[in-house]
Amino acid sequence: MIFPEFVGGVHLPPLVPYIALAGTIGFILMILPGLIWIERVVIALMQDRSGPNRVGPRGLLQSTADVVKLFFKEDMSPKSADIKIYYLAPFLTVLCAFSAGGVLPLQTLTFHLANGDFQTVPLTVGDVNIGVLYILAVSSLQVYGVVLAGWASNNKYSLLGGLRGSAQLISYELSMGLAILCVVLFSGTCQLNKIVDAQSGAPFGLPLPEIFNGSIFSWFWLGTGIIPVVIYTIAMIAETNRAPFDLPEAESELIAGFHTEYSSMKFAMFFTGEYVSMLVVSGLNAALFWGGPLPPLNIIPFTLIPGFVWFITKVMGGIFFYTWLRATYPRLRYDALMHLGWKRMLPLGLVWLFLLAVVSLGRSPAKSADNVPEKPVTATQQVQTLPNAVAHR
Amino acid sequence: MITTSHFLVLSAILFTTGVVGVLVKRNPIVIFMCVELMLNAANLSFIALGRHFGQVNGQMYVIFALAVAAAEVSVGLGIIVAIFRAKETINVDEINLMKS
Amino acid sequence: MVTVIAFWVLAILSVVASIAMVVTKNPVRSALALVGTFLCVAALYILLSAQFIAAVQVIVYAGAIMVLFLFVIMLLNLGSPGALRERGSLQPVIATGMGICFLIALLLSGSLIKLRLPAGARPEVYEPLGTVRGIGINLFDPKQPWLFPFEATSILLLVAVVGAIIMAKRKV
Repeated sequence: MIFPEFVGGVHLPPLVPYIALAGTIGFILMILPGLIWIERVVIALMQDRSGPNRVGPRGLLQSTADVVKLFFKEDMSPKSADIKIYYLAPFLTVLCAFSAGGVLPLQTLTFHLANGDFQTVPLTVGDVNIGVLYILAVSSLQVYGVVLAGWASNNKYSLLGGLRGSAQLISYELSMGLAILCVVLFSGTCQLNKIVDAQSGAPFGLPLPEIFNGSIFSWFWLGTGIIPVVIYTIAMIAETNRAPFDLPEAESELIAGFHTEYSSMKFAMFFTGEYVSMLVVSGLNAALFWGGPLPPLNIIPFTLIPGFVWFITKVMGGIFFYTWLRATYPRLRYDALMHLGWKRMLPLGLVWLFLLAVVSLGRSPAKSADNVPEKPVTATQQVQTLPNAVAHR
Repeated sequence: MITTSHFLVLSAILFTTGVVGVLVKRNPIVIFMCVELMLNAANLSFIALGRHFGQVNGQMYVIFALAVAAAEVSVGLGIIVAIFRAKETINVDEINLMKS
Repeated sequence: MVTVIAFWVLAILSVVASIAMVVTKNPVRSALALVGTFLCVAALYILLSAQFIAAVQVIVYAGAIMVLFLFVIMLLNLGSPGALRERGSLQPVIATGMGICFLIALLLSGSLIKLRLPAGARPEVYEPLGTVRGIGINLFDPKQPWLFPFEATSILLLVAVVGAIIMAKRKV
């Protein structure tokens, strides 16, 4: 789709990040009740029961009723809690979850400039060149919500949940990072929009018809050899504390884990944070491994649909996968969780990263998306012009 | 106008805070944290001076400092846990194993 | 202008957080204050156009090292403020005084303030050096002295992992 540069005298391209900001936050907030409804209905279908069917048609207003209930519940806090940190923890959770969504590549808008040229602007809040690292950094901060909630509640179940949460999140972040590194290795950039661009070529560089350009076969789930996407998907479920990795809030062992002592809106904020981070890691999955806003085949009915619709469809696929796993698998034992993370996924990820590095040595470097004419600046050149920089005081 | 000197003075203040913390605190975990703060202050001045001279050296030193800090913390906290298991305390005034 | 405001806000926040870390008696609050300082310093790195280092600072320091600290604090259950009594003594006063003297001496020496730019320095080429690409090109350039220390660091980390396991485990 091509948009004109000026509409009613308003210069559009600089406005794109703000549109993306409003769109992302609005979309997330509007989809949340629907998401909870979808999850409950899907689980009910899988377990052959009715699910929500009382409030509104087909139970559609059930989440709204839940939100109203949470608003009006009494806001309690334990007497012996560390009250400042106790209030800080849910805010941290929501803040980190929302701010991680800022670099997701929703779509690329093309503007028709007045002088006849075309300008492409990514529909992203902040299209930073360390996009992948930014998401890793913010999601590594997310552990503080869990740990501080567990510690500040002054409750042994909460403390155990917080301890479990911190160990689990640190362990699985390593595997997650390795899987992401495989993609960064092949695309040659950390910028998410360029990673999407790197998936828009022909599959494996083979001379295939145009229909396969940027198709489902050229995305990185296949391009990096399936192992990274499996590792990433397992790690992303563990990172968001969802079943079957919901050890920090295992209700049969720890009551409700780290948020045992939280009620009312504070509990609702933990809940929101959990669902938002599910959306964000599913979005990262879609962008890294499933082509982001690219259509599955490069033919006419698919390419007419705008990119953000494809992106949201892929994110919803991730959410469905979450629900599916939750309805299917029992919770892991704690030692089995650590065993899977450290002794299975981490060595596998390391070996696979090594193999991919060997493979990418054989590929021509011209394919990397970051090969813009920008001149590589090395410090040796400067040292020559600056002979006594260190000695000079 | 923010010059390199601003960053260097800030780094000096942070470093001094870390030094005072190491001298004052009795909890080895907090002493460790103060050491980390000192390392961070040094990193800040490395990067500020790197930009001042237009060189990449400052950032390289910081990368290595980060790796060394991570290694140091993992071993140090392991030692603290081991001491706690043996002595049931980690107050630095009461840990004088060598003196008996 | 934005840079100036951002610098002062971040500088004041980081100093306040670091002082709070030293002053507070509760180790968990100390750790939190230190995380705040680390985040401020990471933002200062972005002001210095070292984006990669800023991201790594958050990932390594705030995301890994400080979580390890919190984990150990909670494991040893030193959360209650009375667990480590501070002895009433002159030591904190003397230490603070010496620290302030040290800071004043540092500032009076003028080595921080009177920085001169050497003749050949080009701060403008610094901009692309801070990206992932700039760091990577320089770090893995065989003509520069960083490749060997980088490999040596990996051995250091491996030794640290083994050492930490042996230290913390009851029976190896």
